[in-house]
Amino acid sequence: MNPIISIDNLCKTYDTGFEALKNISLDIKEGEILALLGPNGAGKTTLISAICGIVSPSAGTVTVAGKDIINDFRQTREIIGLVPQELTIGAFETVWSTVNFSRGLFGCKKNEAYLEQLLKDLSLFDKKNDELRALSGGMKRRVLIAKALSHEPKILFLDEPTAGVDVELRKDMWAIVRKLRASGVTIILTTHYIEEAEEIADRVGIINNGELLLVETKDHLMASLGKKQLILELNEVIETIPESLTQFNLELSPKGSSVTYTYDTTEEGANIADVIHSISEAGLVFSDLKISQSSLEDIFVDLVKEVA
Amino acid sequence: MNFRAIKVIYLNEMTRFWQTLFQSIASPVISTALYFIVFGAAIGASIDSIEGVSYGLFIVPGLTMLSILTQSISNASFGIFFPKFTGTIYEILSAPLSFFEVLIGYVGAAASKSLILAAVILITASFFVELQIDHPIWMLSFLVLTCITFSLFGFIIGLWAGNFEKLQVVPLLIVTPLVFLGGSFYSISMLPEFWQKVTLFNPVLYLVSGFRWSFFEVSDVSIGTSLTMILIFLGACMAIVAWMFKTGYRLKQ
Ligand SMILES: Nc1ncnc2c1ncn2[C@@H]1O[C@H](COP(=O)(O)OP(=O)(O)O)[C@@H](O)[C@H]1O
Ligand SMILES: [Mg+2]
Repeated sequence: MNPIISIDNLCKTYDTGFEALKNISLDIKEGEILALLGPNGAGKTTLISAICGIVSPSAGTVTVAGKDIINDFRQTREIIGLVPQELTIGAFETVWSTVNFSRGLFGCKKNEAYLEQLLKDLSLFDKKNDELRALSGGMKRRVLIAKALSHEPKILFLDEPTAGVDVELRKDMWAIVRKLRASGVTIILTTHYIEEAEEIADRVGIINNGELLLVETKDHLMASLGKKQLILELNEVIETIPESLTQFNLELSPKGSSVTYTYDTTEEGANIADVIHSISEAGLVFSDLKISQSSLEDIFVDLVKEVA
Repeated sequence: MNFRAIKVIYLNEMTRFWQTLFQSIASPVISTALYFIVFGAAIGASIDSIEGVSYGLFIVPGLTMLSILTQSISNASFGIFFPKFTGTIYEILSAPLSFFEVLIGYVGAAASKSLILAAVILITASFFVELQIDHPIWMLSFLVLTCITFSLFGFIIGLWAGNFEKLQVVPLLIVTPLVFLGGSFYSISMLPEFWQKVTLFNPVLYLVSGFRWSFFEVSDVSIGTSLTMILIFLGACMAIVAWMFKTGYRLKQ
C-alpha cells in the first residue's frame, strides 16, 4: 500500500541558521498511529509545521496522498487537521462560531449535524455558546481538537496533545484517537512522554537534534531493542554463582538472594528453559520467578546516549 | 478559489464591527460633529467661503478622507497583525488557501468597514451643512478606490509590523500629518507659493483634491492627475503584496 505521507530528505534551516531538521525521510502508512518521540527542541513541531504548510522546507519533498505539499497544497491541506502545541485560540468568538469558521476555512459546506456531534464527542456541547476566553485550558484544548476535526480530515496531527492536560481529558483524548483510527484516520502525534507513545502508538519514530534516529513498530522496537530479564528469588542465600552456570549471563544480587538472567529476545543462544533447567541442576532452589521487559524509556535513553 | 474561506474570513472580520456597532458608529459621529463645531462653526465663521463653497461644506471631503485613510490602515493592519501576534494564524496558514484569498478576506473586510464609516460621516455632516455632491459616481469611485488602496497598505503594514508600536507609527505619525498638510481643511492656493510646491509632493493632496472635485468641482489639481496618483499608489501596494505573496514574507518561517 502506498504511504499516505511520504517525507523525502526534508531539511529545515531557520533564518537564524539553526538546522532544525536534517534529512528526514519517513513514510507514514494510512490508518496508523505514529508517535514522534523526542526531547524538547528535537524538531517535532518543525516537522509537523513543514508538512502542514506553516514552515517552508529548506530542501526535500513531502507528498500527502500522492500530492506534493507545495504544488498541490490545496489537495494536501484539505485532508489534514492540526492541533497545535500551544493553546493558540481566539478570545471573543464562541465555540460554535470558531468551529464553523474552521470548517469554512477548509472550504467545506456547512454541516451543523456533524459539528454538533463533534462537540458532543468532545464534551463541549454545553459550552457551545460560550466565549473562548471564558474557557479553562483543558476546554481550550478540546476546542482546538474540534477545530482540527471540523473539516473531517483523513490525517490528524496532534502536537504534544497531553502537555498540561488533566487525566480526564487525556482519557477522553485517547478514546477519540482510537475512535478516529477505527474510522480510518491516520494519526501522527508528538510527545516527549514515553508512556504516551507506548500506550497508543502503532509505530514510534525517535527524533533528536533534528534527526530521525529510527522508526519501528512499537512491538518490534521493544522486542528488538528491549532486553528481557528473568529474575529468580532463591530459597537460600548464596555467595557465588556455581561454576556450571558461568556460561549464562547471570548476575547475583548484592545480598545473594536472587539471580538475574539478562537476555536479548532476538539473540540466538540459550533459552529460558535451558537456564532454568541448569539452575536446578546446579542445586539452586528458587521460590519465585519474574520476567521484566525494558520500557520504551530505557530504549530511548540508550539510543540518545549512543548518538550523543 | 476557496470562496467559502474568503467568506468566513470576511464575515469573521466584520463580526467584531457589528458586535461593537455602537463604538464603530459613535466615535466617527462624535469626531465629525466636533470637527464641524471647531472648524466649521468657530473658525469657519471668520472665513467666508473658499472658491464659492462655504467653509463648513468645503471640509466635508477632507474630513471623510482623514477618517477613511487612518481607519482603513488601522483596521487592515490590526486584522492581520493580531492573528500573527496571538499565533492563531497557524490555522490560516495550514488551510487550503492561497495568500491571495487571505488578502481578499482581510482587505475586503477592512475596506467595507471604511465605506460604512464614510457613509456614517457623510450622514452626520448632512446635519451640519447641506451636502452637495455633483458627481456621485466619481465620488463613489474615489471612495472605493481609496478604501481598497489604503486597506491594502494597512495589510502590508500589519504583515511588516513586529510589534504594536510599529502598527501605530504609520497611521499616527505619517498618515495623519500628511492628511492635515494635504489640503483637507484648506485650499493649497491659500498657502505661500513655496509651500504650495512642497505640498505637491504630498500624495494625500491628490486624493483629497479628486474627492473634493467630485463634490463641488473645486480642486487643487486636475481630476485626471488625482486618478492617476491613486492608481499608481494602488499599483505599488499590489506589487508589494505580490512580492510578499511570492516570498511568504513575515508569514512563514
Ligand atoms: N522560528 C524559529 N527560528 C529559529 N529557531 C527555531 C524556530 N522555531 C524553532 N526553532 C528551533 O528549532 C528547534 C526545534 O524546535 P521544535 O521543532 O519546536 O522542537 P520540538 O517541537 O521537538 O520541541 C529548537 O531548537 C528551536 O529552538
Ligand atoms: Mg514542539
